[in-house]
Amino acid sequence: MTIGKIFKTIAAAALASTLIVSAAYAETIKFGASAPKTGPLAGGAEVSHWPAIKLWVSDVNGRGGIDVGGEKMLIEVIEYDDRTSGEEAIKNIQRLINVDNVDFLIAPYSTGLNLAAAPIIAQAGFPQIAATAISDGIDEIAKQWPNSFWLLGSSSEFAKSVVDVLVTLRDRGDIGDKVAVVNVADAFGIELMNAGKPALEAAGFEIVYETSYPLSQQDFAPIISAAQAAEPDAFIAFSYPGDTFGLSAQAKIADLDVGAFYVGVATAFPAYLGANGAAAEGVLGAGAINVDAEGMAEWRARHKQVTGMDADYWASPMTYVGLQMLEQAITKVGSLDKADVIEAIKTMSFDTVLGTITLDNNINRKYWTVGQWQNGAFRGVASTGMDGEVAPIVKKGWK
Amino acid sequence: MSFIINGLLLGGTYALIAVGLTLQYGVARIMNLANGENLVFACFMAFWLYTAFAINPILGIVIIAPMAFVINWLIYSYAMRPLVNRSKTSGQLEVNSILATFGLLFILKGLMKFSFGGGYFTYNYLAEGISIFGHNYGLNRVVAFIAAAVIAGTLYLFLNYTRYGTAIRAVAVNPTSASLVAINVPRASAFAFALGGALTAASGALLSSFYTFHADMGMDFTMKALVIVIMAGVGDVRGAVLAALMLGLTETAIATFVDPGLTAAGTYGLFILVLLFRPQGIFGRSNS
Repeated sequence: MTIGKIFKTIAAAALASTLIVSAAYAETIKFGASAPKTGPLAGGAEVSHWPAIKLWVSDVNGRGGIDVGGEKMLIEVIEYDDRTSGEEAIKNIQRLINVDNVDFLIAPYSTGLNLAAAPIIAQAGFPQIAATAISDGIDEIAKQWPNSFWLLGSSSEFAKSVVDVLVTLRDRGDIGDKVAVVNVADAFGIELMNAGKPALEAAGFEIVYETSYPLSQQDFAPIISAAQAAEPDAFIAFSYPGDTFGLSAQAKIADLDVGAFYVGVATAFPAYLGANGAAAEGVLGAGAINVDAEGMAEWRARHKQVTGMDADYWASPMTYVGLQMLEQAITKVGSLDKADVIEAIKTMSFDTVLGTITLDNNINRKYWTVGQWQNGAFRGVASTGMDGEVAPIVKKGWK
Repeated sequence: MSFIINGLLLGGTYALIAVGLTLQYGVARIMNLANGENLVFACFMAFWLYTAFAINPILGIVIIAPMAFVINWLIYSYAMRPLVNRSKTSGQLEVNSILATFGLLFILKGLMKFSFGGGYFTYNYLAEGISIFGHNYGLNRVVAFIAAAVIAGTLYLFLNYTRYGTAIRAVAVNPTSASLVAINVPRASAFAFALGGALTAASGALLSSFYTFHADMGMDFTMKALVIVIMAGVGDVRGAVLAALMLGLTETAIATFVDPGLTAAGTYGLFILVLLFRPQGIFGRSNS
């Protein structure tokens, strides 16, 4: 074989493989995903966001793809890291839309990044199903950007539920009136603090210590010492994953003596139990699921098997639900027309791993708000009308 | 008063980082901007040794510090020595070394992100309370502080009571005169640079036992070390320890009494005050 012939063969093979690839691409639906893989929220996204997407892709392609007008289409996801930065998220999404020409977008992770990306997604006319955002602005946002859908609830409901749980404990004589409350200075923490403080005061609690700390905070000893000095009966932190772990570890070291200990996002992570062991018992946290609901155990087992990781007890299934909704809407419309899909999502009833979901003015109104570690499982203790709530228990030490 | 102990515990770890940098800057005349990456690398090493081989971070120093010593010696010999030879004045060397180590910073950070990802890392070592004056403190912090004090004390004895330590101090004061009294200046510089790297790595190993770390945080520590070194006076080990404790106390006091978001403002506020009133450093003598 001459050199020329070798080159011709290689060229022919290369050409053939491009043809095969592009033929395969024609039958796939491209989804674009931008979320943190680095930065302060990478830890959270790597538990709740990316694995849920991976499981969904595996599930959908495992059954031959999404049914679009009678034809099965495989899916592929293009992933970008937004480095937990709003600007980066916007750049990524522009790239996904204009360069990668994706058919649909998977909404970003977290409140702040979903809010940051909402205008650009709306401008491009893509549906945005935000499964990991909590905000009081969702009614207004949904009105302003009718392409956006909000599954996880509003800050005031989350904050109100925390106060309701404290009231229950106080009425039972488990805790007194004094509360220490801290928050992470990011969209989520600020909104919950703004909603939580008046709710605490209205319920007759006395706030003996309050502070906020930056998203990048890593030394929690001063915060816990200062809270401890104020001798609270309950400690509330509207926190994100890094700080949830940091505050809990420090509270355990300092032996913070409170009857109720609430930390925000990541309390529902299986890793929380892993890191804190028996000290996790009685810790309250944001969100929950009904672990005993039909199909949940099977879904969790599949999550573990496909992604190699345990799903969390809150946002993981909700992220998966958001993707199921997108899929079911595409099938119902029978095409990849984004405007039609948006209209379908508004009115459809979805059959999901968290049961039947319908949206009211683009918003899911029934969701879990507070959970608690009880006997090694994270159980829902408060919600806006879900089945399977259990009574909260008092926190008894850190041993 | 618990903030005083918390502040001293934090300051103790800062002290080792700053002492590392002050050796590199004061003796080897290399302003090493990649010093923080050196620290983060040690955090990851300590994490890996602890989770994979159950070697605790204090023992881990025995492995990590010599490794960092060798790596830093090689960095100095192959990446910094050409700059030293080329630069005609110390000012020129400073500019060149800042540019070179700035590049090194990104290489090291990229390698760590590639190997470990961008997530936050933490492990449980001695994460239990120990009671001091009626308050509980993390046992891992107390142990790290003691280890830092032992290492800093040993270094002080080495620099002040051994022949080679004296030679290193001589190079810090005046490299030209040092070579006149038969001190091998290039060798002493390489040794100081490597020793500085080893100390920073030791502080990284200690820090990792109680601090949540990630591949991106190196710069924060370089900046802190830089502030401490300048406050203390370049090359002044005793001053660096004192300035580090002051910084730890200031940060903790601000986080406790004012707002945890303002600790960085406190750091730089203190920095400005020292620059205004003692520009030669806390223990530094003013140049005549």
